[in-house]
Amino acid sequence: MKNKKSLLHSISAAPHIFWAVLFIVVPLIIVIFYAFTVQNPDGSYTFSFSNIASLPDYISIFGLSLELSVIATAVCLVVGYPLAYIMARSKPKTQKILVMLLMLPMWTNLLIRTYSLMAILDNNGILNQLLGTSFQIVGTKGAVIFGMVYDFLPYMVLPIYTCLSKIDKYMWEAAADLGCDTPKTLVKVILPLSRSGIISGVTMVLVPSIRTFSISQKLGGGTFELIGDTIERQFVTGALNVGAAISLVMMVLILISLTIMNKFGDSEDGGIIV
Amino acid sequence: MKKTVSLLLLISILSLLLLTSCANSKETVTEVKDPVYKRGEVVSLNVYNWGEYISDGSEGIYDTNKEFVKYFNENLSEKYGGITVEVNYSTYPTNEDMYSKLKNGASSYDVIIPSDYMIERLISEGMLLRFDVEKDIENFHYIIDSFKKPYYDPDGAYSVPYTYGMLGIIYNKTLVDPLDIDEEHELSWGLMWNEKYSGNILQFNNPRDAFATAMYWKGLDVNSTEAEVWDEALELLKEQKQLLQGYVSDEIFNKMCGESAAIAPYFVGDFLTMVDKQPNLDFFFPREGVNYFVDAMCIPISTKHPSIAKEYINFMLSPEAAIANAEYLGYASPHSYVVNDEDYIAYMEDFGYEGPNGETAYDLLYNNDPATVNERYNALFSNDDIKDPACYRNFTPEIQSRVNTLWEELKISGSTELWVHITSIGIVVGVVALAVYTTYVKKKRSRFYRERDKASRSAK
Amino acid sequence: MKKYASIIYISLIFAVLYIPIATVILFSFNSENNTAEFMGFSLRWYIELFRSEDAWIALRNTIILAVSSSLLATVIGTAAAEGIYRMRSKLVKTAITSVTNIPMMNPDIVTGMSMMLFFAAIMGIFAIRDYNSIGFLAMLISHTTFCLPYVILSVLPRINELGNSLSEAALDLGCTPIQAFFKVKLPNILPGVISGMVMAFTLSLDDFVISYFVGPTNFQTLPLLIYSMTKKTVKPDMYALSTIIIISVFILLFISNMRSFKKNPEPRKIKKKVGGAR
Repeated sequence: MKNKKSLLHSISAAPHIFWAVLFIVVPLIIVIFYAFTVQNPDGSYTFSFSNIASLPDYISIFGLSLELSVIATAVCLVVGYPLAYIMARSKPKTQKILVMLLMLPMWTNLLIRTYSLMAILDNNGILNQLLGTSFQIVGTKGAVIFGMVYDFLPYMVLPIYTCLSKIDKYMWEAAADLGCDTPKTLVKVILPLSRSGIISGVTMVLVPSIRTFSISQKLGGGTFELIGDTIERQFVTGALNVGAAISLVMMVLILISLTIMNKFGDSEDGGIIV
Repeated sequence: MKKTVSLLLLISILSLLLLTSCANSKETVTEVKDPVYKRGEVVSLNVYNWGEYISDGSEGIYDTNKEFVKYFNENLSEKYGGITVEVNYSTYPTNEDMYSKLKNGASSYDVIIPSDYMIERLISEGMLLRFDVEKDIENFHYIIDSFKKPYYDPDGAYSVPYTYGMLGIIYNKTLVDPLDIDEEHELSWGLMWNEKYSGNILQFNNPRDAFATAMYWKGLDVNSTEAEVWDEALELLKEQKQLLQGYVSDEIFNKMCGESAAIAPYFVGDFLTMVDKQPNLDFFFPREGVNYFVDAMCIPISTKHPSIAKEYINFMLSPEAAIANAEYLGYASPHSYVVNDEDYIAYMEDFGYEGPNGETAYDLLYNNDPATVNERYNALFSNDDIKDPACYRNFTPEIQSRVNTLWEELKISGSTELWVHITSIGIVVGVVALAVYTTYVKKKRSRFYRERDKASRSAK
Repeated sequence: MKKYASIIYISLIFAVLYIPIATVILFSFNSENNTAEFMGFSLRWYIELFRSEDAWIALRNTIILAVSSSLLATVIGTAAAEGIYRMRSKLVKTAITSVTNIPMMNPDIVTGMSMMLFFAAIMGIFAIRDYNSIGFLAMLISHTTFCLPYVILSVLPRINELGNSLSEAALDLGCTPIQAFFKVKLPNILPGVISGMVMAFTLSLDDFVISYFVGPTNFQTLPLLIYSMTKKTVKPDMYALSTIIIISVFILLFISNMRSFKKNPEPRKIKKKVGGAR
């Protein structure tokens, strides 16, 4: 019995481990290699910490990226949770249609969507023409946050919805029997039960928001750079080594925040206790 | 677990070996021979070009690649032993993107069309195929003399010019006061620093072109190797940042055509594309000097079909293809047949652009008025060692990284709005507080249960 | 009252989500080459689109790639999630999930660039001269790699929630571990698997950066085509293509949903049983 089980688990994760080592770890090693070397004029590489040492120059870009993604994630959670909740509580037929409608915009090309958003929000865009004003929306940090929320909202809603839809309806009755009113049930029972959904939702929004590029350039009017844009520019202007160093540090930062998050999310002593 | 670790180690060692071997295996290839073609073989020619930089057959116009395939398979197939050819056409957004893919990549291209300074760089790194341009490319005699042996390819042995163009300022006639353009300010780059148009000015979103606008304005050398010159330009750009609506790249078309911005620097060929859609736009070459560039067709050293690549380049210079491309692009052509072709001249003159003094699109491209600009171009190709500030030259790595650093400084400059800091810090503090509270409650509760259990046990 | 509030809330969010899409659809019918001002109704861009072979080849390539990479990612990812769930050592668990998450944490450009360098090295080792011959494989591997974390992230919570009791019961009742997985566990985690697969599919469908760096010249995908067509202005033919895609996907999903309603009028009953088991 024990043997069978352990055999199954070792086999089932094996293809993934193989895949991950070959196609994730090896390319990662390439990135690490570039991060810790500088290229000599003759094309050879020498080991150096100079790329890492140059990183403090990028602190304010790191900071801004983090700040904007934290805000975008919070907005996604605040907007998305009620949506997921309403979806999970509606009729099965409606649920399916709503999930479908939520996924549908993602089937349109991101660039097309971004251009369309810009056509709407621009100084002389559709929105300003309808209102007869000329507010500047594109080019502000708010526009970038909006862009992130617009793009990543489904990634927040879907995991939470999946989690909520599994919660038994009788849980409400049980909570009511034990003397909880609706808001109290929400906070004390439903919210903790959907914690794993929230954690994966937050991960799926926060991480892509931090690493995003080109949305910020387009919707932010290019007046500021996020860390993804910086890496991109370093890479295409040939400063592969600095770009690799920045992305390495970014990876470590994200990893740390994920670990902290998992610490509060994945504790296996059951989700009901809070 | 141990196995995984050892596997991991093995793979990392292998990949490091691999990297070093790749880094060192830079043989200098000078000659690429054609493979032996079999009868009936289908050969793919990989062409790598800018986006929307070739007449592509949309809306029934001339389809360059299709016509080449047709021409080759009908006329040249036998010359290469009965093969048929197909074109794999792909595009890149910037010179630098093209370079990084060509340099590091897993790629095989046969024809590329980079800009001047990039050609200079590719030549210096031995990445282009050297060939006898005049002999191998039959139609090369069409190229105007001043474009033969140009500044970026002084031997004239690596490149065949495709288009050339100039930078200038595009503005919206209804939004910009004409006084600010010529009467008071005499066609100056200073228009982009005019506070009257705060919030309506666009700037390039790449360091090279953005710095150049400031440098032309103040008469600085755009290829300078002195740090102070770049610092001076940076100060100008920082000053300008307050007035900008944004730093843009391709969005410039939508912004100018949709009248969301009033002033933007861009290339004359693209201005013609824009004015076609938005007649309120106009254009001028600032008198302090402008950028001048040539895009030329080259063959990378990694090509597998050098002769067919040459046939492709030759086909691009055939009058029919050259005219179709010149009309589609709106960029100036270095092709003597094209610039003298009556149909082409008529097409450009009826383009739907009329300048303040009745200039047509043709005048704008080939007959640059103000005269100073015109002279400059004529002077440009008259001698071999040109140090004209109008053209971009290849940066040294030091200057490139310096410019990158300054660009970052520009992007960082200007404060972030306070609400961003307050909100994000508030959220983080809130989450941390919640986490601490939750852990506290959890601990308290487990202690409660533990004590209750203990109590009940002792009661027993 | 409450019901109306939730209807208003949902409609508000969906309105915001759909206004840009509606704009795309509207301007695909524009009579002029303009995506900012509606000049009049015409089918011009659809005719233009149907004439261009490139768009259809690119669409076909994109679908082939998205289907194969999302399927591959789903199979590997689901198996991996099961494996990770069963792992004892917390350290190994964390190590594997962290490594898996790397493509998700990296900006696409880093993944794309490192993949490009990786395949360039592979070409060096195996002395492959023509990149186009391994180009599709390289695309498939890269897309599967960056889809994997999303699949695992959406399957793992389901497995965690389901717990082990069900499959243990199945084992006790004489199932082989494989049977237990396919007959008992999989149906219960299926929503997570499907949402992971759909997510992987949409990600692969929309990817530009990685495809740009890894892509061979003989395998153009739709995002690459769209990027090359938007160098100047976005032409409405690309809007027309997006419209066709979104409407056909809508119809497809709608039909499949309708059919599943008929086949299985009360899909929630199964879920209730699961809830009870937990």
